[in-house]
Amino acid sequence: MTDTDKTPLLEVRDLHVEFHTRDGVVKAVNGVNYSVDSGETLAVLGESGSGKSVTAQAVMGILDMPPGKIPQGEILYRGKDMLTMSAEERRKLRGAKIAMIFQDALSSLNPVLTVGYQLGEMFRVHRGMSKKDAKAKSVELMDRVRIPAAKARVDDYPHQFSGGMRQRIMIAMALALEPDLIIADEPTTALDVTVQAQVMDLLAELQRESHMGLILITHDLGVVADVADKIAVMYAGRIVEQAPVHDIYKRPAHPYTRGLLDSIPRLDQKGQELYAIKGLPPNLLHIPAGCAFNPRCPMATDLCRTDVPVLADAGAGRRSACHHWKEQLDA
Amino acid sequence: MRDPHSERPDDVDPLANAGTGGPELPNSTEVGIDVATEEAESLENADYTHPGDPGTATSATEARSLWGHAWRDLRRNPIFLVSALLIVFLVFVSLWPSVVAGGSPYDCDLAHSREGASGSHPFGFDLQGCDVYNRTVYGARASVSVGVFATLGAALLGTVLGGLAGYFGGWWDGVLSRITEIFFGIPILLGGLVFLSVVPSGSIWPVIGFIVLLGWPQIARIARGSVITAKQNDYVQAARSLGASNSRIMLRHVLPNAVAPIIVVATIALGTYIALEATLSYLGVGLKPPTISWGQDISTAAPQYRNAPHMLLWPAAWLSVTVLAFIMLGDAVRDALDPKLR
Repeated sequence: MTDTDKTPLLEVRDLHVEFHTRDGVVKAVNGVNYSVDSGETLAVLGESGSGKSVTAQAVMGILDMPPGKIPQGEILYRGKDMLTMSAEERRKLRGAKIAMIFQDALSSLNPVLTVGYQLGEMFRVHRGMSKKDAKAKSVELMDRVRIPAAKARVDDYPHQFSGGMRQRIMIAMALALEPDLIIADEPTTALDVTVQAQVMDLLAELQRESHMGLILITHDLGVVADVADKIAVMYAGRIVEQAPVHDIYKRPAHPYTRGLLDSIPRLDQKGQELYAIKGLPPNLLHIPAGCAFNPRCPMATDLCRTDVPVLADAGAGRRSACHHWKEQLDA
Repeated sequence: MRDPHSERPDDVDPLANAGTGGPELPNSTEVGIDVATEEAESLENADYTHPGDPGTATSATEARSLWGHAWRDLRRNPIFLVSALLIVFLVFVSLWPSVVAGGSPYDCDLAHSREGASGSHPFGFDLQGCDVYNRTVYGARASVSVGVFATLGAALLGTVLGGLAGYFGGWWDGVLSRITEIFFGIPILLGGLVFLSVVPSGSIWPVIGFIVLLGWPQIARIARGSVITAKQNDYVQAARSLGASNSRIMLRHVLPNAVAPIIVVATIALGTYIALEATLSYLGVGLKPPTISWGQDISTAAPQYRNAPHMLLWPAAWLSVTVLAFIMLGDAVRDALDPKLR
């Protein structure tokens, strides 16, 4: 599965991202570590504002700086730190080696250009193809993501496609140059449930075919279960738990993950009140001292209010940032 | 084209069964396939009256972009049709005045001074005994070319400077915004009197230069605002994440989505620039003889309006109609390009 050498495809080390606003410094990402290998799917899970998208934008190099700032950390693509690369070097990686799929395909496609033009742009910019060849390639790509009547629809505008079809076009765009790594930022959130499953299946299938690494950012635990190899759960800009996918569903090692799992609606609970984690996500201007989750945590002790738990081994390839992970595992 | 869909359930089943996310997933996946097939079929039926025939597909899909919509709206708008006809006529007259005119505007006979309309001279004669009709026809060239060139210059300069300020922001934006404020502070007439009286020339270019100088800040402000709006769109970030360079993002993704308000303001400004040229010429600092302009003719006719009103009336009427035509065009274009009014 992995490359011959031991360096992972992408490794994020101790990444910090902050935004300087009028109200103060918003610490959106506070020391995130994760890695993805070729052919592997990492799901990054978390509520809105947990820093999962900001981490992805930092990896892509599309953070708005200023106000954004990366005071600390490394983002290694095949062992090379992208944060020290020149802007031009990074631009050449984007799209060709690392591509991104956005949440809302309608707003992520330029309304004044046809989808064929936008798909073909990838080939013209990076490969210097002629307009005609690029268009032929676009049709091929649209076929590959199973858009019916691709040849007739290549000259249509984005708004003439349905939501699911548009997301397929976004996927086609990301896949165009056969990148090593795809970051999908909530690729199915804007779609209705039935189309969600198809788009996820398509993504998983294309990933298997071309052996890419995939970072799947989502807040939907149901979406993750089918496709991910490992999961990183984020809270307040930190990874609080990291584990192979099935372990996390069976026995979470962090009370926040437990809360997330308990708040999935289940058919056998029909008529009962839906569980919700009490309280609100922390204001990133004033992250609570100690464990950021302590004000909402049912297991919080005095230790949690003073000491920040580090992401430490919790056995069997999993890691938890909880002082009480053992109790949680046994619970 | 239905083959890939009939294969789909086989692809999906193993994944759906492997799901541990919840019992509802397998069901929804199966429903999804049906919906997708239906969706694909209904799409084809809606968009293409004859599926499989690409020749007819184009007629059903044309005129769906922003510009396509705008063009369709414009063609149905009587205000646009009237103003466009007037403008086409005016442009024609300014390019080939001799086709419309009855003779040379410089062919004057003092014996006919201030004479009223007569058979071959429908607008009468002016103070110098020149044919007012011919002078009015030849005056269109100065007014229209000042309007068009000044608008092009101001729009180009304003779009480039304002667009760059909006796109890059930072200190350049700050500097540019202060500069536009300084220019907004200059009173146009006073500025024109001072500027044009120190630039000695009889041609139209100093006037155009002055109008561009005072006109670009207005366009720059509009351009800056619409570029800031356009660059915040997700597709700009998407293009960047796919490796597009700054220049490509600006030209392909930001500018086409930011240009509509600029076009609207520029079209309306064209009318006001023509009026401004006439005003400056009236005050004696704009176009000077031998260039013929409506402003000058109005100026020389003004003291005589009691005993020879036709000398004032005709150039003034043409000037008003011209300004009105461009402003009406601007209004029609604005309505067509504003999706909220649709």
